[in-house]
Amino acid sequence: MFTELGHFALALAMVVALIQASVPLIGAQRNNAAWMAVAKPAALMQFALVALSFAALTHAFLVSDFSVLGVYQNSHTAKPLLYKISGVWGNHEGSLLLWVTILAVFGAAVAAFGANLPPALRARALAVQGMISVGFLAFILFSSNPFLRVIPAPGQGQGLNPLLQDPGLAVHPPMLYMGYVGFSMAFSFAVAALIDGRVDAAWARWVRPWTLAAWAFLTLGIGLGSWWSYYTLGWGGWWVWDPVENASFMPWLTGTALLHSAIVVEKREALKSWTILLAIITFSLSLLGTFLVRSGVLTSVHAFAADPTRGIFILALLGLAIGGSLTLYAIRAPQLDGGGAFAPISREGGLLINNLLLTTAAATVLLGTLYPLVTEALEIGKISVGRPYFDGVFIPLMVPLVALLGVGPLLSWKRADLQGALGRLKIAGALAVVGAGATMAIAGVSLVALGAALGFTLALWLAVASLMEWGGRIRFGREGALARLINLPRSAHGMTLAHFGMAVLIAGVTASSAWKQEAIQVMKPGETMDIAGYTMTFKGAVPQQGPNYSAAHATIEVSKGGRPLATLHPELRTYVQPPMQTTFTSIHTNFFSDLYAALGEAQGEDGEYVTRFYYQPLLPFIWYGVILMVLGGFMSLTDRRLRVGAPRRAATKDVDVSDAAPQPAE
Amino acid sequence: MSDIPAPKVNRWPYLIPLAVVLVLAGLFGKRLLDVEQGKDPSLIPTVLENTPMPAFDLTPLPGRGDALRSEDLKGQVTLVNFWGSWCVACVAEHPMLLEIARSGVVKIQGVAWRDEPDASLAWLARHGDPFDKVGQDPRSHAAIGFGVVAAPESFVIDKQGVIRYKEPGIITREKWQATIKPLIERLKSEPLTK
Repeated sequence: MFTELGHFALALAMVVALIQASVPLIGAQRNNAAWMAVAKPAALMQFALVALSFAALTHAFLVSDFSVLGVYQNSHTAKPLLYKISGVWGNHEGSLLLWVTILAVFGAAVAAFGANLPPALRARALAVQGMISVGFLAFILFSSNPFLRVIPAPGQGQGLNPLLQDPGLAVHPPMLYMGYVGFSMAFSFAVAALIDGRVDAAWARWVRPWTLAAWAFLTLGIGLGSWWSYYTLGWGGWWVWDPVENASFMPWLTGTALLHSAIVVEKREALKSWTILLAIITFSLSLLGTFLVRSGVLTSVHAFAADPTRGIFILALLGLAIGGSLTLYAIRAPQLDGGGAFAPISREGGLLINNLLLTTAAATVLLGTLYPLVTEALEIGKISVGRPYFDGVFIPLMVPLVALLGVGPLLSWKRADLQGALGRLKIAGALAVVGAGATMAIAGVSLVALGAALGFTLALWLAVASLMEWGGRIRFGREGALARLINLPRSAHGMTLAHFGMAVLIAGVTASSAWKQEAIQVMKPGETMDIAGYTMTFKGAVPQQGPNYSAAHATIEVSKGGRPLATLHPELRTYVQPPMQTTFTSIHTNFFSDLYAALGEAQGEDGEYVTRFYYQPLLPFIWYGVILMVLGGFMSLTDRRLRVGAPRRAATKDVDVSDAAPQPAE
Repeated sequence: MSDIPAPKVNRWPYLIPLAVVLVLAGLFGKRLLDVEQGKDPSLIPTVLENTPMPAFDLTPLPGRGDALRSEDLKGQVTLVNFWGSWCVACVAEHPMLLEIARSGVVKIQGVAWRDEPDASLAWLARHGDPFDKVGQDPRSHAAIGFGVVAAPESFVIDKQGVIRYKEPGIITREKWQATIKPLIERLKSEPLTK
């Protein structure tokens, strides 16, 4: 009953989306207020219908209604509640429904809080959102219906892939999608502005909060995914340049660029067509991210929905969205530029270099991800592109970016005094050099130490420079610093947090890749193994029963210098439904480094097991860095100047009058 | 206003993004067509595809029908499935095989690979029996001929006795519906030339 209701609501939502995609657009073209006004109720209605549909599917999972195919294939009565819920999006059909639900949430937010947007811009942006909805709803309804029935209903479900039964991965897709879909707002506004033929500071002010929110969610989503692969896959790594990781990382890179270039549009009315292009590219890469995972175009462990028919559908969808918007861009963008001129050394100049480096990085990741595809399409041969390529091209791009990141915020708009800015950062520079020296002194002179020294130099430089810039703004230590601290715009705090977080992340990446230690061996109960000054004693493994798995539950005692420190319990789990083995790692952290233990297969008859230990110095810093960046994003989002609906304080000189006048909220 | 009409704008640079995307779309499209036509790039190419199946003559399970012989399979489209009572993944695949057998689309011939006859029979009694014939292959004679590396593996054999498709793992519902079933339907309509 609920299931049919959900299906029906979804079909109705598509009808509403068709109206939302067309009527307001025509209204805006003919300057017909009534037609434009259709956008708002349509977006709200679409949200209500899609939400109803999502609720219906969730209900089917909660009550384990195995007459629904998706529930039968991905759920099981013995599954814990959390994973019954996450099962909704742990499969192809459900995850698309989640995608479209989030899209509807964003659309409804613009409709509800967009009262002070120029009516034509709002109508057009919502119409573009409507078009995206139509595409995805059609895809769901015609090729990936989550409400298909199985008759007769099986008595029990097939269960969810055990790897996906994990708290980190339960929330990873919603976060990632909030990011992907959030960028659809920037895209819709960009396309609306292209139709409009006008981009100004007000436009940028509108796009920035959406981009910022999307960026923060995407950062969190990628962080969670990485954390998940770190603690579940049992090989001690957190990033492998897997195509699906890359798929989420590319929109992050261009989204970060977009976030910064939108500031230039807002403050200086420059880089307009570039910003529009970035908005289109970022969302295109988000679509590509969805596409790569869903179509089997690139094969990877994540491609749990390999199906070429759907792939063709998505390709058509992508072609329309990306091809259409870029055609519009080719026609309209040449008229957009003009506006503030700036010297090469200026805040704009710095942000432009930031943009170039970030987009080049995204392009190299794209190249590496697609290269196997290209060689195969041209029948040159099967190749795979891995870590050496990505590390080799990515790091040289990040080094100047981070170096610039330290000094950029100190440059003034239009024309800046680089020497003055660098002069203010003498301490940061000195500390960075000391850091490099200290690293070499401790670690000796080797290639690894050299790399580590470079990493730490950059991390220290960025951390200290960010704090100094922040301290300089509030004139730390002088009278009135506290008042200035309170009055400082939230976005300034946000920037410092995010940049500082980046420094923390770099430190974590540097140390954990330079000085990671690992030991893989077969151990008898009672045997010990030394790693990084710790002694690991394998006490044996006993069978244990979980709610929907059985496990070999190991006990490993960790001691240092004869003093017991911790007990680790890695498990090798065998899930009942579907039958599958997974590792459950056990990690002891002192917040600076991790000791990581994973249990492998049993060997022989005497309770011998394969064990893997990793010592990961500063690895937790990667997570701290991500958290700081996300916090920075959200902090910035609470800035009153970015708050949706807040009247603007001062208008830039060339914004036209009707735009600049504060408008009351509806 | 901000859009001061520039006297002469070079339009070509603005077309670059579109051009790049068109090239990429072409590559994606080609790849997808390849996948569609069964050239799944993730698979290790099977040397045996489109070659005649190796000859075999396998003893039946005691009390369960006739021997499974390659000669007998000619003249019809068949699905040959390698399994074993020891194989965990086969349990996962089994409901799908039962469903295929019930649907009557194709007869499934089972090869009980590296298994004890009693264990094979007990397993079939417990999980259901989708097979037309089951031949024993305790010494991997047929499995080596087919290049089987891990159970379950399945092969689609056409009327001429030529291997047309290899499924190197579990036949999932998606694979069955998207690839294997359409292929079998197509092969069934092909005329028998010899």
